[in-house]
Amino acid sequence: MRIWVTAAAVLATAAMGGCATTGGAAQAASRPKAEAKAAPKPLPKGLDPQASANPFPSTYKPLAGRPTAIVGATALTGTGEQVDNATVLFKDGRIEQVAAGLPAPAGYEVIEAKGKWVTPGLIDTHSHLGVYAAPAVAAHSDGNELTNPTTPEVWAEHSVWPQDPQFNTARVGGVTTLLILPGSGNLIGGRGVTLRNVPGRTVQDMKFPDAPYTLKMACGENPKRVYGSKGRAPSTRMGNVAGYRAAWINAADYKRRWDDYRAKVERGEKADAPKRDLGLDTLMGVLNGEILIENHCYRADEMAQMIDISKEFGYRITAFHHAVEAYKIADKLADNGICVATWTNWWGGKMEMADSVEANVPLVDAIKGGCAIIKSDDPDVTQRLNQEAAEALAAGRAAGLNITEAQAIRWITANPAKALGISAQTGSLEAGKRADLVIWDKDPFSIYARTERVYVDGGIAYDRRDPSRQPVSDFELGLAREGVR
Amino acid sequence: MKSALMAACAALALSAPAFAETFAVTHARVLTAGPAGEIADGTVVVTDGRIVAVGKSAAVPAGAKVVDAAGAVVTPGFFVTDTGLGLTEISAVGDDQSASNASVSAAFDVQYGLNPNSILLPVARVAGMTSAVVVPYASGANEGDADEGDEMTSGGGPEGAPAHGLFAGQAAVITLAQGTDILTRAKVAMVVPFGDGGAKLGGGARGAEIVAFRAALDDVRAYARNKAAYDRGESRELALSRADLEALIPVVQGRMPILAQVHRASDIRAVLKLAREENLKVILSGAEEGWMVADEIAKAGVPVVMYPLADRPETFETLNATMENAAKLSAAGVALAFTYDGVGHRARETRYNAGNAVAHGVPYDKALAAVTINPAKMFGVADRKGSLEPGKDADLVIWSGDPFEPLTQAKAVFIQGVAQPMTSRQLELRDRYKDLNRSLPPAYTH
Repeated sequence: MRIWVTAAAVLATAAMGGCATTGGAAQAASRPKAEAKAAPKPLPKGLDPQASANPFPSTYKPLAGRPTAIVGATALTGTGEQVDNATVLFKDGRIEQVAAGLPAPAGYEVIEAKGKWVTPGLIDTHSHLGVYAAPAVAAHSDGNELTNPTTPEVWAEHSVWPQDPQFNTARVGGVTTLLILPGSGNLIGGRGVTLRNVPGRTVQDMKFPDAPYTLKMACGENPKRVYGSKGRAPSTRMGNVAGYRAAWINAADYKRRWDDYRAKVERGEKADAPKRDLGLDTLMGVLNGEILIENHCYRADEMAQMIDISKEFGYRITAFHHAVEAYKIADKLADNGICVATWTNWWGGKMEMADSVEANVPLVDAIKGGCAIIKSDDPDVTQRLNQEAAEALAAGRAAGLNITEAQAIRWITANPAKALGISAQTGSLEAGKRADLVIWDKDPFSIYARTERVYVDGGIAYDRRDPSRQPVSDFELGLAREGVR
Repeated sequence: MKSALMAACAALALSAPAFAETFAVTHARVLTAGPAGEIADGTVVVTDGRIVAVGKSAAVPAGAKVVDAAGAVVTPGFFVTDTGLGLTEISAVGDDQSASNASVSAAFDVQYGLNPNSILLPVARVAGMTSAVVVPYASGANEGDADEGDEMTSGGGPEGAPAHGLFAGQAAVITLAQGTDILTRAKVAMVVPFGDGGAKLGGGARGAEIVAFRAALDDVRAYARNKAAYDRGESRELALSRADLEALIPVVQGRMPILAQVHRASDIRAVLKLAREENLKVILSGAEEGWMVADEIAKAGVPVVMYPLADRPETFETLNATMENAAKLSAAGVALAFTYDGVGHRARETRYNAGNAVAHGVPYDKALAAVTINPAKMFGVADRKGSLEPGKDADLVIWSGDPFEPLTQAKAVFIQGVAQPMTSRQLELRDRYKDLNRSLPPAYTH
């Protein structure tokens, strides 16, 4: 446990330090030095990838909250512990303390929660809400830019429809943070965007402040089927691999040209900036360790090849998604510090899903250093990540593994936070973290458990008994059914 | 307690002959799904594959093997309703669930595609599923049956024009028992898409499909009245093939129910009206907006096959979908059967879906009925299946706890009195890779 926390903290620091949305501050710190030497003319607006690292900044504002004490609950903290008769204190959007039997301080709103359970807000690391919005009509099919197998230049946030009613149903299920990814039709599908699951007028209103960007890549059947059927590359798995490598060669060359340019500027020499390329910006961000790779990859053998490719070009894979064969190489994945984000129950849709086992997540988790995540990739499953985790827990126990609920809750809280580079911010009930939490009426590993209240940054984003805290999307107005579905 | 139970089950499984002998499960919390309801400390006695006694004090015959359930829950084996089990292995590779054949629409019959060696069946079986209602789908008109993959399969898009008539074909009930013949009963329902799906088959609009549907029924009646004239070529022109006309005779005679795939409230009302006027027996399938017309469905005595988790405005036919649908239909007196999402791979989720229905207001006994006796009744096999009653097949499951809970596991599954092997290809894969440090490659472990 201690080892894991340390690793997560290191990752978070590395990711946050260089992440796209904090880039501005980093540059501000380094620029004066260069200016002192040569004071070169800045590049025209929009031509410098560093200066333009965050062109769609978050406008997220937390819902107003009050100092709150949840008293008497059973807390699964996401740190591997269960605290009975827990008091959870939060204020100003941050968790202050979680401990057994604490009295509520004066001035705090007290929630009597005896018999109820509290967990961190759930995090879905594989979602297409907004980019495949409901209703699922062709006009809402915005998740796969299937015009080129390599499209690192597209960003999922530009497809997110904030009025997708499915954000609301996911929130009822306790989801407070989501990674919205492009689809898997392309070898390199584009940037994902990490969202706070709060209603917003714009996607910027939902963007998780300072979360690192992510890049979706995809192995296997989808890209080769999509492009093979168009009579172009890739049409085979070997074509897939050639495609990734060609893209990284271009990225490495692009990075070299920018690095050379900046070195020259730094030395006060005359330098001609490379022409900015949106797709290569993203790939360069990966090579610089600023953008996290989220790699759709089912089969064990393909995951091993993707790891080799990452080493050839010097980047890290943060998580393999779907990864139904992760249990076959759980040791290799742990050795390389790669998380596995998958389902419990899904299998058999296509050949590369044939070898799924229910115990995949617990088997990955059981390896020292393993990082296992339950995700949805589905607007129904995202409403019940706790149940998918319960099914995995049961399968793990049936396989002879000794797993507690306190450990298993990390599959939908702390581990996904790690895979999104936001574990310093959310994913566990620890002092200083964002007050993202869920009050359940029963043990969340029971099929009968329902959420009573969902807090995001200490504000009530959903309340089962208060219609004024049950958001309704614009699309749903005027329907016979409004409010909680 | 659990280890004693498991040992007893294992012993029984090992010793169970192909033709089951007499055995008794004792000290069980028996949820019969029949008139006896729940029996707190009950006994189930089985002879030759049939239940001979169920009760608090049912006598255990001399010489019978005894399985002491030690308080564990025993239920009838669950039904997987509305599935492609037996007709598919890997969805993307293909299946036997639909065809594009202009002269085989109503006549399409899933019974001929059943594969008892399908790798899907053990996966469902070890999860306590013992029967399945296998349902054909209209090509190009179906909902949800292709969406068992990743994001590449979602998001919609134009589908090919259907190359067959208004009917998806005939459903069958199968057993999930290990064996060579899994057909329990063929021709249990005629599957008919309505709403958007029906409109597609009818040429693009409901107004064409319903008219064509009624004309087809009229043709069937004309044909049934005088087959000889048809065969002599002396009847008026009939739109359907001879095979389709034949297949629809039990439908117009009210002997075979139609399984009407329908979602929007207005379409449900249209189907109820159609059934009334044409004297059809009908089961609704889908009915996401059923809660809006629950009283009308109940008054018509029409049962509903539904996915209790359908709560999103996924299409313009389900704008008013809600998790409360099942509870509202149930409260109105509608008999429900619960299905699941996908082709057949996730059939084991049926029991969780029942649990979710309970969490959203369906009484427990009604939810249990929705995965046992109700589908058995709807699809005409309640004389043999669906509840623990004397005379019925001994399809029963011993559970480690509440069968709707994910943390509960099926400990033993009996079908027609035969203890089923509690293994599957998935479990073999799991065990092969559980230890990654074996000296030989995994391929040597089997």
